[in-house]
Amino acid sequence: MNNTNDKDWLFEITPKNKFFRLNLKEVWQYRDLLFLFVKRDVITVYKQTVLGPLWYLIQPLFTSVTFTIIFNNVAGINTGTIPPFLFNLAGITVWNYFTACLNGTSDTFKANASIFGKVYFPRIITPLSVVISNLIKFGIQFIIFIAFYLFYYIKGADLTLNGLVIFFPVLITVMGILGLGLGMLISSMVTKYRDFSNLVTFGIQLLMYLSAVMYPMELIKDKLPKFGWMVEYNPLAYIIETSRYMLLNTGEISVLGLCYTLLVTIAVFFVGLLIFNKTEKSFIDTV
Amino acid sequence: MKDIILKAENISKQYRLGQVGTGTLSHDLNRWWHEIRGKENPYLKIGDTNDRSVKGNSAYVWALQDINFEVERGEVLGIIGKNGAGKSTLLKILSKVTAPTTGSIKSRGRIASLLEVGTGFNPELTGKENIFLNGAILGMTKKEIASKLDEIVEFSGCERYIDTPVKRYSSGMTVRLAFAVAAFLEPEILVVDEVLAVGDAEFQKKAIGKMQDISKGQGRTVLFVSHNMAAVKSLCTKGIVLENGLIKYNGSVEQALDIYNSQNKLTESKICWPSAEAPGNEKAIIKSINVFSKSGFNYIEEDVFVEVFYENLIEEQVLNVSISIFDDKENYLIASPNLNREKLKKGTFKSVCKLNKNTFNTGKYFFSVLLVGNNFELIVKLESIVSIEFKEEGTKRGNFFDTWSGSLRPYFDWSNSEA
Repeated sequence: MNNTNDKDWLFEITPKNKFFRLNLKEVWQYRDLLFLFVKRDVITVYKQTVLGPLWYLIQPLFTSVTFTIIFNNVAGINTGTIPPFLFNLAGITVWNYFTACLNGTSDTFKANASIFGKVYFPRIITPLSVVISNLIKFGIQFIIFIAFYLFYYIKGADLTLNGLVIFFPVLITVMGILGLGLGMLISSMVTKYRDFSNLVTFGIQLLMYLSAVMYPMELIKDKLPKFGWMVEYNPLAYIIETSRYMLLNTGEISVLGLCYTLLVTIAVFFVGLLIFNKTEKSFIDTV
Repeated sequence: MKDIILKAENISKQYRLGQVGTGTLSHDLNRWWHEIRGKENPYLKIGDTNDRSVKGNSAYVWALQDINFEVERGEVLGIIGKNGAGKSTLLKILSKVTAPTTGSIKSRGRIASLLEVGTGFNPELTGKENIFLNGAILGMTKKEIASKLDEIVEFSGCERYIDTPVKRYSSGMTVRLAFAVAAFLEPEILVVDEVLAVGDAEFQKKAIGKMQDISKGQGRTVLFVSHNMAAVKSLCTKGIVLENGLIKYNGSVEQALDIYNSQNKLTESKICWPSAEAPGNEKAIIKSINVFSKSGFNYIEEDVFVEVFYENLIEEQVLNVSISIFDDKENYLIASPNLNREKLKKGTFKSVCKLNKNTFNTGKYFFSVLLVGNNFELIVKLESIVSIEFKEEGTKRGNFFDTWSGSLRPYFDWSNSEA
């Protein structure tokens, strides 16, 4: 018997992927690798440091202090009844998660070229592991936020949680997916045109100012009506504004804005995935 | 029954020469413009063969062209060829690291590739953590690794350091650990690049032994690329010779090695001509020359044989083979003619010259071969046509470990007495 009929092949290697292919089954097979990558990322960051995971806390705290001094004390941005430091800490903690995801995923191909050039595993595992390990980092930073929240609460500040806070994890997930989608998109571009990695470095800086991190969204509409639209079209601004609404009960919640954010996130994620899939097949020739 | 586990059909791979980045955008746009109009990719022309020493006129080059082969279950396929013949590109395509430009590979089994040992090792993590990480990268599940952890650690011989970060390891230890992980992979098809070239002699022996276990003992299919011809010969059952991106030969491993060796004249101990290209004239031709020792390692402490096959094309001819031996500084050391005066009938004959043990020193020696006919008429003269590298077992050294000088190294008798 000659079993060379073309039906029972396990898989086929071809020049191009199917137009759209998210091989979840394969990703699931490699779940242990995902877990180990996350573990590696978390462990190696603070190996051979004295302060260890404390480094995760130092950066947002100092940034918040700086922002409080510059934007609230010097520039006089009013945060209402919310202590300015807490207001900034909330914004920065959430924003940091986004930048960490974007920074980490946007050089996926370039940074992992040596591994990708030697062995195959579903490439998406790498950006996924970045998003997940940053979630752990975010969790640690969020604990410090809770600590300061309680501190101000005990001191008698007028703080209330909004009931919608139960949706906070959803909001963070959306943000992670947006960061992942954008990161995959950029990482694919970077394989051919290194210009994009420069763009990310300073683009993130600029984007922060458009994302309502250190001011309420309301404020920019009042003070700069001409440029307010730039913030209004930024899905990240809605995420940060909404998270502050949930955590600190300040600012506004825009259902329309959130729907827009969700749509943009889904679109960016799928376009990112599409291009990522197309790139992963032969990026090693151009990287 | 033929059980094909892997089948490559029309595999070709094109690379862009020069720097990627300059002109990439314009080419990309042009390609895209052709694509949306439904035209063929303007840069995908079938053209030059990939000979790196010859100047081509295209910015693109075919690293592989029209590669077709089939591998049966349990077969060990050796892929050999000179540098730049396309071996590594083929392995990269097989291990899904890069996609072929055209063609497809169909497989009935899980492929695991070992293009490098220790891929993804993190210097900050301990040996044990790295076993898990590296194993997972190679496609094992955590459970699989955990069940083999003890064996892996034992095989690597790094028991004592297993909880120490890998950055504190010696490079040899890192390699041992990395190979140990790979050795316990259990895919249906294993793709192995030149990974055995690392580590000390003892470890190489262990590694080759393990590879033999995998292929012979466990009946796994292995695709093996190496420049170590001894390893290829002992491991492989089939061979493919690549040359300039094309398959030159696909068949038995012995034949493949012969063809490969004939591509590398002067540097090999064996040479074999197809009858159309055999050196000689209408009276006689030389078919092959082979210098070998029993162990295959050419130890100076064992006899080495020079074997010459030649064909007599006319009746009643006296044919004599004669060899000359040179050292690597082109010093003429020895001439050894065959003094047989017997007349030969038509046909193929063989002359073997035994070079007695304990004659040469370690190092490279070149052999010239002459074929002389009636009345000492010179038919063929091949200068430095084959060479071998003598190694040493070291049994006659005693406690002397320094360099032993001289081109020759016979052991003469010494007698000592009180005078």
